[in-house]
Amino acid sequence: MAELWLLLALCGLATYAFRGLGVLLSGGLRAESEVFAWVSCVAYAMIAGLITRMLLMPTGALAETTTLERALGTGAALGAYFALTRKNLFAGVFAGAVAVWLLRVAAS
Amino acid sequence: MSRAALAQGAREAAGVPAAVLAAGYMGFGALAAGNGLPLAYAVASTLTIWALPGQLMLVEAATLGAPFVAIVLTVALSSARFLPMTLVLMPLMRHARHRGWHYYLAAQLLALTGWTAAMVRLPDIERAERLAWFYGFATVCLGASALATAAGYLVADLLTPLARAGLVFMAPMYYLLILLGAIRDRVVAVALACGAILGPLAHLVTPQWSVLAGGLIGGTLAWLIVRGARRRG
Repeated sequence: MAELWLLLALCGLATYAFRGLGVLLSGGLRAESEVFAWVSCVAYAMIAGLITRMLLMPTGALAETTTLERALGTGAALGAYFALTRKNLFAGVFAGAVAVWLLRVAAS
Repeated sequence: MSRAALAQGAREAAGVPAAVLAAGYMGFGALAAGNGLPLAYAVASTLTIWALPGQLMLVEAATLGAPFVAIVLTVALSSARFLPMTLVLMPLMRHARHRGWHYYLAAQLLALTGWTAAMVRLPDIERAERLAWFYGFATVCLGASALATAAGYLVADLLTPLARAGLVFMAPMYYLLILLGAIRDRVVAVALACGAILGPLAHLVTPQWSVLAGGLIGGTLAWLIVRGARRRG
């Protein structure tokens, strides 16, 4: 059990290392610089890549759903967010979740 | 530190962001319970790591008995995205009135939800008030997530696999919609598109390095495309 807590401490420190390093390096960076533009592109690309990967090649509980279910759920979320409401995040997210849940209930 | 800005940030987080985070962390709490970890451990991981992908990897790997070094490296790699995120966000919050340690505390409070919201909202907020707004927003997010971790752990037996899939699906939808809704200029649009294509491709080549590799290659590609277009235009 003590080993598990040590592991958590190390994982927390490893995560904070990247947060702290970001603060440290940001001091010498101007918001208009090309380096800033590049880093910003990398940050957005990382997150976009993580989300599409989660949707196309999921792990964990999401892996129990089919690609079609996730595609229809995404369509429901996008439709509710952009078409039905004026960018209501709550409506979009819940439309997606309910669509996936209903599709799973219908399939079981 | 402006109290009004702090309260404003807290109010903005207390709606959809906190609710959606709570859904994701309830799923995580349920997973930790299923894997036989103590309740305190699950909540402590939310407070210390404060990054859902890293926490999921820790809980899965620790249960499987993966080697120490392998688990720490995996979590570290999954958290590498915090470097460019803090790098981009901190200059937006800098102000001569704040002491240096504030930025290091804000960095610990930073997670994907707070970052995406801050990137959208901060330009509209007066510079001196931005840090206070972020403290309010991020603290509510973290508090709600810690409570949800405990709640998910305690109601784990009530969640069926069908309900859990719907809950987990809320996390990528939340990130997808907030990013698509936040597109203000061509740079962001190009970076998101490049990352969306390169991320899954990188996963096929090297799953452990996919987030880092896809982001670096996709982001650099986007930067080159935008720069090339600007030079020609």
